[in-house]
Amino acid sequence: MKPISFSYYRPKSLAEALDILAQEEEAKVIAGGQSLVPLMNFRLSRPKTLVDINGLRELAAVEADGGVLRIGALVRHQELLAHPLVVQHFPALAAAAAEIGHWAIRTRGTIGGSLVHADPAAELPAATVAHRGVLVLTSAHGERRVDADAFFYGYLMTDIAPDELLTAVELPLPSGVRYGFAEHARRPGDFALAGAFVEVAEAGHAGAVTWFGVGGRPDRQEMELSPDAASRGRQFAAALAELDGPEDEVEARYRRQLAAVAAEQAYQRAIASGRGN
Amino acid sequence: MQSVSESAAAGRPKTSITLMVNGQRHTLDVEPRWLLSDVLRHQLGLTGTHVGCEQGVCGSCTVLLDGQPQRSCLMFAVQAEGHDITTVEGLTPEQGLSPLQAAFERHHALQCGFCTPGMIVTVEALLRENADPDEETIREVLSGNICRCTGYQSIVAAVQDAARVRRESGAAKLEVAAKGQNEAAGGEQA
Ligand SMILES: Cc1cc2nc3c(=O)[nH]c(=O)nc-3n(C[C@H](O)[C@H](O)[C@H](O)COP(=O)(O)OP(=O)(O)OC[C@H]3O[C@@H](n4cnc5c(N)ncnc54)[C@H](O)[C@@H]3O)c2cc1C
Ligand code: FES
Ligand code: FES
Repeated sequence: MKPISFSYYRPKSLAEALDILAQEEEAKVIAGGQSLVPLMNFRLSRPKTLVDINGLRELAAVEADGGVLRIGALVRHQELLAHPLVVQHFPALAAAAAEIGHWAIRTRGTIGGSLVHADPAAELPAATVAHRGVLVLTSAHGERRVDADAFFYGYLMTDIAPDELLTAVELPLPSGVRYGFAEHARRPGDFALAGAFVEVAEAGHAGAVTWFGVGGRPDRQEMELSPDAASRGRQFAAALAELDGPEDEVEARYRRQLAAVAAEQAYQRAIASGRGN
Repeated sequence: MQSVSESAAAGRPKTSITLMVNGQRHTLDVEPRWLLSDVLRHQLGLTGTHVGCEQGVCGSCTVLLDGQPQRSCLMFAVQAEGHDITTVEGLTPEQGLSPLQAAFERHHALQCGFCTPGMIVTVEALLRENADPDEETIREVLSGNICRCTGYQSIVAAVQDAARVRRESGAAKLEVAAKGQNEAAGGEQA
């Protein structure tokens, strides 16, 4: 099958892109196309109009400013995983970006596309929730900011309106906490079956786990993380039992087990990232 | 504001685009919905780019866009305007095979050959970035290219061998250049 016909716009500025989104009905933004084009190829998505934002270089910057790292929506996964500011301040995010699909997917797919697509097994929505990120949404009427935790509703559903463009995501620079990331997939490049970001305080045991691949959206749960591995395992299992898993009982159990294993690995990585500094 | 497909009444309007493929400029009329993979094959006759899945998974349609490996099945041809596209044809010498292609032949790294163009394009990009990739890196990169025939062992071996050949011929080229300089310098002295 091939995509249905559509009108194609290539705006030269953000303002022009927002005008088109305000005026055209059933218009869709195309960024990397790595989620949208497969859906269009199978006619599961049939937009009447495509607004190609690849030319908007103002959306492609990564900058640290006033205690936050601002990542433009058009930053490609392959740039993200190697960007010096990301590697320095958000090593778990860099590690997660490296697990997305394959090289030829990462050179094209964007962080904005991943966040708006909101696949429950995707790394970047979970990373954004884990790091208490804020999404910057812009339309012809102005700009609004939404906490990552409030942005994701459920399976492929978010708070974005049809005339809005995600322009950037802002992550507060971590202080006094360390992050670790781990996931499990059937093969390298596949979407994860389950994964976790773990946050641990440098002093004390306060922490949080952000799960993905289990429920319909990334879930962040704060908890005192026991220094004892067996107790931690029970904590993870109890936390996971609270999440809505997949309907199939066996699959749900399997994903929860993998998520618990991932959380323990992520915890170990978070702790290890503190050593030798 | 630029709409390349103005009137719905005209059925399926086409738009004129210019594509740079393998260093050659082509001006063509395309529908916006046409995939780059299909335009390369059907409009330009560059059938080395294969199409397996049209969902980004198999890697057989991989081309270089400004030197970066990308799926031509997940991009519309209109989007490729203004970029340099390289297909497997552009990586093949007029006569014979490239060192990478020759290594694939030596190691029997193909059987039906369906996956091979995507493999060659992807590995070419790898070797340009990393002259001496270790086995793990090679396998990670090749995880984006599915081969149903070979079992990958022979492909990995071919890539390692091609990397070695390229390094040695690169070193040989440098030596020749250095020798040339020495001789020139010697000539001046004499
Ligand atoms: C083979 C394969 C394997 C993959 N594996 C993984 C994986 O393991 N993990 C993972 O997370 N992802 C994976 N992906 C998906 C990939 O990460 C995509 O890049 C990503 O999900 C979407 O980003 P995009 O830029 O390609 O968005 P597009 O496909 O262009 O768009 C996706 C959606 O977001 C909307 N959109 C895009 N940008 C904006 C914006 N700035 N503002 C408003 N709306 C916008 C579009 O309208 C569309 O609805 C894989 C894809 C493929 C093909
Ligand atoms: S045809 Fe493009 S990846 Fe399979
Ligand atoms: S040689 Fe047949 S698919 Fe690879």
